[in-house]
Amino acid sequence: MGSMSTGPSVRVGADLVAVRSVAESIACFGDRYVRRIYTEHEIASCVGPPSVMCAGLAARFAAKEATLKVLRPSGHRPDWLSLEVLRHPEGWCSMSLHGYAAVLGADAGIDELAVSLTHEEGVAAAVVVALCFGADSLDAQGTRDLELIGVG
Amino acid sequence: MDEKIRSILTEHGRFPMDVADIGDEEDLFEAGMTSHASVNVMLALEDEFDLEFPEIMLRKSTFESVAAIRAALVELIGT
Repeated sequence: MGSMSTGPSVRVGADLVAVRSVAESIACFGDRYVRRIYTEHEIASCVGPPSVMCAGLAARFAAKEATLKVLRPSGHRPDWLSLEVLRHPEGWCSMSLHGYAAVLGADAGIDELAVSLTHEEGVAAAVVVALCFGADSLDAQGTRDLELIGVG
Repeated sequence: MDEKIRSILTEHGRFPMDVADIGDEEDLFEAGMTSHASVNVMLALEDEFDLEFPEIMLRKSTFESVAAIRAALVELIGT
């Protein structure tokens, strides 16, 4: 191992949520729980019978927690609404950061977060991967040598 | 206040043990409270004390113990 690394680093976060716990939260706190945690887009992405909707929301909560593990906030954590799972028309998802979450992402040199969601047998899970370009991976002009990692 | 906090933890914390056996300073996450359960605890505290936790207080340490929750509530609503 060299003493100094000038390339990007990888951060991974994962989390697991019981679908039943989301159903119980909705039963207990209703719309207040949903609107406090999930964005309009996320809510619109989780349609169908209650069990399907809760599984989708549970996977998204897991994605938010997994993203926090990637962002590694040392002080307060960003609001859940600032950590958004975007579902693309083709069905795949990505993470979008807003507000303080975006600040944490920028501080970590994160350009993009990849996310994978899954649920099965009452449990939902998410894995988030980020490529971090630290300050020492910037050249003198402050640009990133993407060719080094085969991007672009 | 402590009684209400412990009642909410009992109802929403999903602990594998009796909340009465958890000390004031004991780590609630180490005692078994999940991140998702802590959201329910937060919402129940907001209902009970008629307040809203601002983003600046959304940190694990705010909900990590009975004493920490009490301190956060006192900060938000006074004694």
